[in-house]
Amino acid sequence: MKILVTAKRVEDPESKIKVKADGSGIVQEGLKYKINPFDEIAVEEGLRLAAKHGGEVVVVSIGAKEVQEQLRHALAMGATKAVWVNHAGALDPMSAAALLKGVVEREKPDLAILGKQSIDDDQNQTGQYLAEWLGWSQATFASKVDSLESEAEKAKAPAIQVAADGKTAQVVREVDNGLATLSVKLPAVVTTDLRLNLPRYASLPGIMKAKNKPIEELTPAALGVDPSAQVEVVKLSAPPPRKAGIKVGDVQELFTRLKNEAKVI
Amino acid sequence: MSTVLIVAEAQPDGSLRKATLNAIHAGKDLAQKAGAPLHLALLAEDPARLAEALKPYGAAAIHTIASPAFAHYVAESFAPAVAALATSIGASFVGAAATAQGRDLLPRVAARLKAAMASDVLAFSGSGTDITFTRPMWAGSVIADVKLKTPVKAFTVRATEFSAAEPGGSAEVKAFAPPADVAGAPTQFVSFNEVKSARPELTEASIVVSGGRGTKGDFKEIEALADELGAAVGASRAVCDAGWVPNDLQVGQTGKVVAPKLYIAAGISGAIQHLAGMKGSKTIVAINKDPEAPIFQVADYGIVGDLFKVLPELRAAIHAAK
Repeated sequence: MKILVTAKRVEDPESKIKVKADGSGIVQEGLKYKINPFDEIAVEEGLRLAAKHGGEVVVVSIGAKEVQEQLRHALAMGATKAVWVNHAGALDPMSAAALLKGVVEREKPDLAILGKQSIDDDQNQTGQYLAEWLGWSQATFASKVDSLESEAEKAKAPAIQVAADGKTAQVVREVDNGLATLSVKLPAVVTTDLRLNLPRYASLPGIMKAKNKPIEELTPAALGVDPSAQVEVVKLSAPPPRKAGIKVGDVQELFTRLKNEAKVI
Repeated sequence: MSTVLIVAEAQPDGSLRKATLNAIHAGKDLAQKAGAPLHLALLAEDPARLAEALKPYGAAAIHTIASPAFAHYVAESFAPAVAALATSIGASFVGAAATAQGRDLLPRVAARLKAAMASDVLAFSGSGTDITFTRPMWAGSVIADVKLKTPVKAFTVRATEFSAAEPGGSAEVKAFAPPADVAGAPTQFVSFNEVKSARPELTEASIVVSGGRGTKGDFKEIEALADELGAAVGASRAVCDAGWVPNDLQVGQTGKVVAPKLYIAAGISGAIQHLAGMKGSKTIVAINKDPEAPIFQVADYGIVGDLFKVLPELRAAIHAAK
């Protein structure tokens, strides 16, 4: 089967994000960039499915030339080929979904796996827009039944179960108050939650091989898409700071302060 | 005329999802700013009973859409119905609570309406069609003001940022015929495994007691304190990933976002991703052996110590004061 996965370039989730004084953006100096962690899980799940069922994994990223670093990383993890949509401007979920739709129509995958959200804009929309515009099934927030420290995880078994005839897949979804299971008709869009799998590290041979794997360059014009963003970010600001707290000496003091000062118990 | 449409949510047992009342409050706020009436959409196999329950919450109209296809929530069945209703009533704003269902459904509705969308909205400002949506980015490290340039605008709201709507008024209930494409969706509901608990729902509780790696998987003291306080139990991502507790308890950027009046973090170091889920709490207590743990930076009251000693002592003090 052919699986299309995404690899958005985002700030390292461990980095401290600061807003510029004029609110026009975030301070870029000193930041490191990575594949969006949810997308990295999508790449991993794609690789596991391809290993189980045979097939290939095509990784897509949208952005300026720096996104080739993220594509190389996904290729080093084991993806077969990469598609780079060269677009330097602002991107919102609608424009990302429109561009991805163009790529899907060229690549014709059986399954598109996307991170449920990117850790920069936290919108959680692109997969759903894409599914609707393709007229495909969607299964968002794909998760796993077992613990991430289970034997199945160590054996790198895919959590998404494709039927023997390849026409449907069962996806366990993380929803409020439990887990919901859907059967989707393929091709479908699946978005990943953090507990779907633990992504592999890129091995040294993988990194060497990735250097010779193809990265196809496409443009919004070639895909026939106007990528102008419809979500306009007017201003960024830092959240209101919390007032400095105190360390208490013992439990009795904690209890007294909670009761008499904070008045919460 | 422009209308604000809020999609109500039924729970698997057929009752109203509490977060819907918070979304209605948000919808009222937006409707007032936009100078538009507030309407509700209610999709169910048999919506009559829930429509009755929603009537007094101040909407001008409740549109019920009944179909056997709505027995279980599936985005491909719900989205065409909500989009058809939104078009039919000329809605300029379509929103819902940012629950798992709201997050799954609203972007698909937005896609049908060619609407741009703002997720997890914290506040609205502006007037008429010139509305600014305030929402978190980078896990709440940044607050963004955004505008949506499309004629129809979609959104989800973070329920904890809006109090529940108060009763007042009586909505007109109208039936809306579901479009043909709600049936025969290519997606089938298979099952729902509910995590049942006698404790309050995590996102709705006024007190939350959470445990992290410091518990080493032993949640007995966390649960005992929670029960003494009538609180919900939460957990950090690490303990959920380890399979020590169900993931349903996870508080954080990738789990539940909570904002109780009291949040007690025991044995939680305070990774950015956890802080994103709880730093809106009114009072935060941190209990950790490591005096340098980042959780102390957001805590109102910190106590350096072993949670297996501190929690029973705290529970005893609370019990004695009752």
